[in-house]
Amino acid sequence: MQSIKAFTSITSRGVLFQTQRRFIQTSTVVKAATATAATATADDLPLDIPSTSAAAAATNEAFKTNPLNGTRPIYLDMQATTPTDPRVLDKMLQFYTGLYGNPHSNTHSYGWETDKEIEKARKNIADLIGADPKEIIFTSGATESNNMAIKGVPRFYSKTKKHIITVKTEHKCILDSARHMQDEGFEVTYLKVGEDGLIDLNELEAAIRPDTALVSVMAVNNEIGVIQPVAEIGKICKRHKVFFHSDCAQAVGKIPINVNEMNIDLLSISSHKIYGPKGVGAIYVRRRPRVRLDPIITGGGQERGLRSGTLAPSLISGFGEAARIINEDMEYDQQHIKRLSKKLTDGLLALEHTQLNGSATARYPGCVNVSFAYVEGESLLMALKDIALSSGSACTSASLEPSYVLHALGADDALAHSSIRFGVGRFTTEEEIDYVIKAITERVEFLRELSPLWEMVKEGIDLNTIEWSGH
Amino acid sequence: MSTAPSTTQVLSLYREFLRNATKFNNYNFKNYFIRRSRDAFNSGKTLKTQEEITNAYTKAQQELEVLKRQSLISRLYSFEKLVVEPLNGSHKK
Ligand SMILES: Cc1ncc(COP(=O)(O)O)c(C=O)c1O
Repeated sequence: MQSIKAFTSITSRGVLFQTQRRFIQTSTVVKAATATAATATADDLPLDIPSTSAAAAATNEAFKTNPLNGTRPIYLDMQATTPTDPRVLDKMLQFYTGLYGNPHSNTHSYGWETDKEIEKARKNIADLIGADPKEIIFTSGATESNNMAIKGVPRFYSKTKKHIITVKTEHKCILDSARHMQDEGFEVTYLKVGEDGLIDLNELEAAIRPDTALVSVMAVNNEIGVIQPVAEIGKICKRHKVFFHSDCAQAVGKIPINVNEMNIDLLSISSHKIYGPKGVGAIYVRRRPRVRLDPIITGGGQERGLRSGTLAPSLISGFGEAARIINEDMEYDQQHIKRLSKKLTDGLLALEHTQLNGSATARYPGCVNVSFAYVEGESLLMALKDIALSSGSACTSASLEPSYVLHALGADDALAHSSIRFGVGRFTTEEEIDYVIKAITERVEFLRELSPLWEMVKEGIDLNTIEWSGH
Repeated sequence: MSTAPSTTQVLSLYREFLRNATKFNNYNFKNYFIRRSRDAFNSGKTLKTQEEITNAYTKAQQELEVLKRQSLISRLYSFEKLVVEPLNGSHKK
């Protein structure tokens, strides 16, 4: 037995990893990562401790980027947003240069020409998910679409239905809308997921009640890229005559989605995740059999009365063009993304004590979430100023809270803290992937050298035998 | 219906695509459009009927206009070079 207290006072550098002190065990990586986080607590530390930023500065010193090259980071945060495709911008510019009519003005040609472009966009978006253009309602983004579905459907049927089912790993805008519905007196079941991030279909079926108004399950998860069995969920919902909503913000255009084959009644889309402009999205609302919902925004009755307000022709038409391109090029884009993603995943997992988070098979390859044991994700991100990435937690805000999605998979704080999400997209190059693999490998090794726990691991000390003293 | 374009016409259109793709200031867009043009013209070799070839040619002509405008815009609004890009502008691609 060995006391960690002694260790910490010798190697004060251990402070780099000061987070929580907890000790849970599942896989080796979990153990290792937990041990990392357990190293130091404030009362153990000498006063002249190097801060996290000092360590990051040291890392920067050690890894100067090529001075003959530029300084702008490589963009690898495709789940947060994607670059606007130049072909999309080309479409949009018309509306800032000549086509300025209000699409709802039906008394003159300025209105008609803009309206015609909107309807073209609507068709392109409908085609992408196998829907009828009349079933597409434009919104300000997937957040609004999700709010409309989660709040609108149960409110409309509230006389007879009082129950909503969703999943713990959904995007914050689903979970927060569900919370609001709880305040309004609805009951919400939050399904758990397994270690692979997938829901249990039996558990879903068992959760359905006679008064269930809506089931909402996302297709592709934004943090770990796991794909839920949407078609099977659709079948279950149809059998029980419950409406099925799916947040497909990260799925549309990336994996094949068909609302009829998958029995989806409502579906959310976001333009800026498919190389379109930000600030626009859509919700698909099934017409046969008709799905009714209480609108959130009322007024002039545009968009079948479900979403009033003058439409934004430039954004919508850019969104439509983005949908057309990603639909036409899905196979081509995915081939490229799959190839680069495999190279990246293989390269990162070649490092010792790393693990891929979420199912290895039911996943969208463009989203790679990896845990690096004995390294804290935030420290690694700070040491990686030349690559634009997100740690599992930074998705919704700049909070340093560990990711609730990784928690739902059974990961503890330490593992969640040591995770980084890599997003590969249409415009990512092989050269960038090679750079990233090299940079991550060097810097993970560098940061691990600073960790006293890494020394112990290398010496073959079983971290489980250590008595964590001082608490 | 007009007759299908000649091989010379197709090759010249292909060169125009590459020329304009290379003119993008943005590293990612430049590399994408070079790759996309190459692959599109390569897969065009499998087109058989006159009609298929003519349609693809007409569509590509319209796409070339987009590429011309957008590569110009990319030069009008330029940003710092990426960490994988040489500052002197000569790029191995
Ligand atoms: C799964 C998922 N749903 C919803 C959203 C929100 O989309 P938007 O930015 O269009 O409101 C996002 C993006 O962050 C997402 O990843």
